[in-house]
Amino acid sequence: MTTVADSPWTRQRTNRAARLARAAALAGVHAKTVDDGAIVALLEALIEPGDRVCLEGDNQKQADFLARALTQVSPERVHDLHMVQSVLSLPEHLDVFELGIASKLDFSFSGPQSLRLAQLLGAGKLRIGAIHTYLELFGRYFIDLTPKVSLIAAQAADAQGNLYTGPNTEDTPAIVEATAFKSGIVVAQVDQIVDTLPRIDIPSDWIDFVVRAPEPAFIEPLFTRDPAQISEIQVLMAMMAIKGIYAEYGVQSLNHGIGFDTAAIELLLPTYGERLGLKGRICRHWALNPHPALIPAIEAGWVGSVHSFGSELGMEDYIRARPDVFFTGPDGSLRSNRAFCQAAGHYACDLFIGSTLQMDMMGNSSTATLGRIAGFGGAPNMGADARGRRHASEAWLKAGREARDGLPGVRGTPRGQKLVVQMVETFREHMQPAFVETLDAWKLAEQAKMPLPPIMIYGDDVTHVLTEEGIANLLLCRDDQEREQAIRGVAGFTPAGQKRDRAMVEKLRARGVIRRPADLGIDPRDATRNLLAARSMRDLVRASGGLYQPPRRFRNW
Amino acid sequence: MTGMETLHFEFDGGRVLAPFEPALVGVVASGNLEVLVESAPGAACRVDVDTSARGFGAIWEAVLRDFHARHGIAGVTVSIHDMGATPAVVSLRLDQAMSAVWGAPP
Repeated sequence: MTTVADSPWTRQRTNRAARLARAAALAGVHAKTVDDGAIVALLEALIEPGDRVCLEGDNQKQADFLARALTQVSPERVHDLHMVQSVLSLPEHLDVFELGIASKLDFSFSGPQSLRLAQLLGAGKLRIGAIHTYLELFGRYFIDLTPKVSLIAAQAADAQGNLYTGPNTEDTPAIVEATAFKSGIVVAQVDQIVDTLPRIDIPSDWIDFVVRAPEPAFIEPLFTRDPAQISEIQVLMAMMAIKGIYAEYGVQSLNHGIGFDTAAIELLLPTYGERLGLKGRICRHWALNPHPALIPAIEAGWVGSVHSFGSELGMEDYIRARPDVFFTGPDGSLRSNRAFCQAAGHYACDLFIGSTLQMDMMGNSSTATLGRIAGFGGAPNMGADARGRRHASEAWLKAGREARDGLPGVRGTPRGQKLVVQMVETFREHMQPAFVETLDAWKLAEQAKMPLPPIMIYGDDVTHVLTEEGIANLLLCRDDQEREQAIRGVAGFTPAGQKRDRAMVEKLRARGVIRRPADLGIDPRDATRNLLAARSMRDLVRASGGLYQPPRRFRNW
Repeated sequence: MTGMETLHFEFDGGRVLAPFEPALVGVVASGNLEVLVESAPGAACRVDVDTSARGFGAIWEAVLRDFHARHGIAGVTVSIHDMGATPAVVSLRLDQAMSAVWGAPP
């Protein structure tokens, strides 16, 4: 830093220097290190009205101390902030709007805060720029939503300000890169300041200030599913997925959504999958958080590699002991990276399988329900055909052939296609039908004045719908009417399912567009929990050789 | 606050089963149900449902009609104690109960 001359080409840098000078004058700021008691004053010195601010709220890791501090700044000094962050998870993420500190929001996912977000929007307390997928929002960090100030979380820092983000690196590299290289300012909260870091995840010259938070950053064990809660119907659907889709296409690379349906698949690989002789033929490479439910498959030698968006509490020692499977640093701990894993899931995976709350008769699906603005997260990137993909694989080519067979002209140009599977029991809990004529998303768009209904996965990207009644292969449907009847034909006893054209559904079944469990050689009565490679949390711990240490709330023995 | 709902259905047609030992499957637990299939005089398939989830009579009828079409049985009474099971679970339990009636391995 030498000159603060006011050149028309260096205004951002000049402005940054002025902010840093204000901060340096504060009591409690010692070069890069800031006393926790000085944090509110620091934010008031650094942040200017109208700034774009990224408050690191990830899927799992939260910069909770900095979030709390931001709610304590004076709204007279700091106001009209434009928050650009991937996840709204903590109450403080919305408090800043209620308090008049922030006024505009661009985000990806708001699961736990979705109800209050809709209420604040209705009360005119904030404006929403757009709801994004993760990768899309990260993309905009480098185009038109570059943060001026980013408030991030890391596990540890050294005296120079190098950061160790540990297993939960998640969004941090993307946020810091966009901010630090565009004359922005990065403030990191850390759990510890140490002499020597286990490894450096973020170099110190990208970081302006480090504050040790009084409490470690909050991390949510979001991907832990207790096998004890997996139902026989989920076992049945998992059998159908493995035999009717994974084996059928030879799926080698994949991403699983969060939930019990896909946890059941993971737990059936070493039992049912093994029995079908599929080991080595399917499920070798994963874009996946370290799901505890994958432990038995890993231990049985099914899994070649796993790259992760984030980590999972309790899996640290297990991951450390399996570096041939997971991506780990020289220190031995996991290196996750949400941006890279999203890119990997989009471009390098043959299949995405996940669940949804509602699906319409075109196959559009959405987790948006009335009165809630939940956002998208990563599902649309995973659950979409990668139009830019060029490398071939058995699964991708077969899906592409099925979709294009017999089509004329440009639509018949040979190419592959990603398998996008929506796996839903026809009724969700409390007898809510998963299949509907009209998605709530349409009404929500009207209520919240959105330019488009918040559809999570578009129908024309969905290749298979899997329910307890059967699998509908939408790749084989040649028009909208066939597609509609294929979906109704697996929609069970929901009102939408009961409105099926029975003759047409039987024709689709004869063509293999719809396949019932019996058509796949599966007897639903064989779908017992005994097929699960682990039937309890304790079984998972045992399968890991004691390396997996579930968080207390999952220790039910 | 409302209590249990009781539903009765009767389906005609199908083949009358020779007398058999009663078959009981499932458990009365949240999201689950208990199904008891017994021999009964006459040529009907009678189903009595006790359910904690009120207002789903039409879906019960569709699920049970489908069950009757699948198995084509008469001379039986089916008693169901339901605690909010989904139709998928109901159908599975009914099929398991019939397997037990036939004495076939599940």
